[in-house]
Amino acid sequence: MCLAIPALIKAIKDKEAEVEIGGITRRASLWLTPEAKVGDYVLLHTGYAINIIDQEEAKETLGLLEEIAKLAEEE
Amino acid sequence: MKFVDEYRRSDLAQGLLRRIHQNSTRKARFMEFCGGHTVSILKHGIRQLLPPTIEMLSGPGCPVCVTDNSDLDKAIALAKLPGIILTTFGDMLKVPGSRSSLQEVKADGANVRIVYSTMDALQIARGNPAMSVVFLGIGFETTAPTVAASILQAEQEEIKNYYVLCLHKLCPPVIKALLDSGEVKLSGLICPGHVSAIIGSKPWEFIARDYGLPCVVSGFEPLDVLQGIDMLVAQIESGEAKVEIAYRRGVHPEGNCAALKLVDKVFEACPARWRGIGVVPNSGLKFRREFERFDAELAFEFDPGPTSEAKGCICGDILRGVKTPPECKLFAKVCTPERPIGPCMVSSEGSCAAHFLYGATYE
Repeated sequence: MCLAIPALIKAIKDKEAEVEIGGITRRASLWLTPEAKVGDYVLLHTGYAINIIDQEEAKETLGLLEEIAKLAEEE
Repeated sequence: MKFVDEYRRSDLAQGLLRRIHQNSTRKARFMEFCGGHTVSILKHGIRQLLPPTIEMLSGPGCPVCVTDNSDLDKAIALAKLPGIILTTFGDMLKVPGSRSSLQEVKADGANVRIVYSTMDALQIARGNPAMSVVFLGIGFETTAPTVAASILQAEQEEIKNYYVLCLHKLCPPVIKALLDSGEVKLSGLICPGHVSAIIGSKPWEFIARDYGLPCVVSGFEPLDVLQGIDMLVAQIESGEAKVEIAYRRGVHPEGNCAALKLVDKVFEACPARWRGIGVVPNSGLKFRREFERFDAELAFEFDPGPTSEAKGCICGDILRGVKTPPECKLFAKVCTPERPIGPCMVSSEGSCAAHFLYGATYE
């Protein structure tokens, strides 16, 4: 039930956003993430953005995983 | 889809697996608290890829599954009242209570509607001013803020016919109850990613501090789960016990303060009854006095009748991590997703449903 999926904010009006999820457009409430901006990716759970995805952290995590894969290969 | 596909890359999964195999020397038993993690682990065949030193165990992190029959009976009794529209997430529909399910009373004429969000429930309330619209408030810390937001919105718009049957539950207290029972011996815990998106990583610190168990907050894609296991193995091998976040793109240590504020405004902690576990102090949410007029339990008179449990169903033991779904005599024989006997076979993230769907090929 705690499923949440990444959604891209395309437009914002008051506390509501238009978001895109893999090509599908939906409306999402920003009551829980009032600081969200157009262009942010948010975690969407039952119609509400519950967090803004930290894109820097995402990049760092992937970089780390790539490094782990490279090191594991060498050993 | 961005932030999903990258975390399913097989080359990176192989790297993590190689490292886990290289590093893991001590026997370890990890519980994934969240049903979402159970599904990811079974769906992606992660159990079979792990070294024999590591055992994964499903926990009670499925809100549908842990809802007690006595609470389900309340929802069913409410739905049968005239003048009520009961709105609920779809996965509650088939869950059997003591005598029937929401789906059965709906077939008998009760006005039960599936919604995707509390926003939809509010919309139904706006469109049906002569009816009372009750939302079945099931869910953990992830979902509770969305319900709190709907209450505040109803108050703002003066929607007078919107109510919630509040059955929300909180995760850290139930983990404490499980650990205190001593029934299950664990070496570490994968903490729920989207619960932590709201509450942060700090509420898990007591597990590392008081019980000496390593904790890692993980996301739900296969790489997220493997990274969580890799980090747990690293802690086990170095003899450490701390709380770490693998799911850094979605979870901040302090959580989502705006969401926490809304929950605190509308609700306060109370004891709650968990299926198979019993009453756990401070593990539920109830309305604060100033919002009590939204409480469906206070607003309507109804008789849920006596509670009874399905014979032979071991969902309670499965939720405590004492037994696994294949150990249930009913599993896949009498109890299937089409005709579920217990809730763990109904919910898409229930342990039994996940084993039924993804486990058959190897067990």
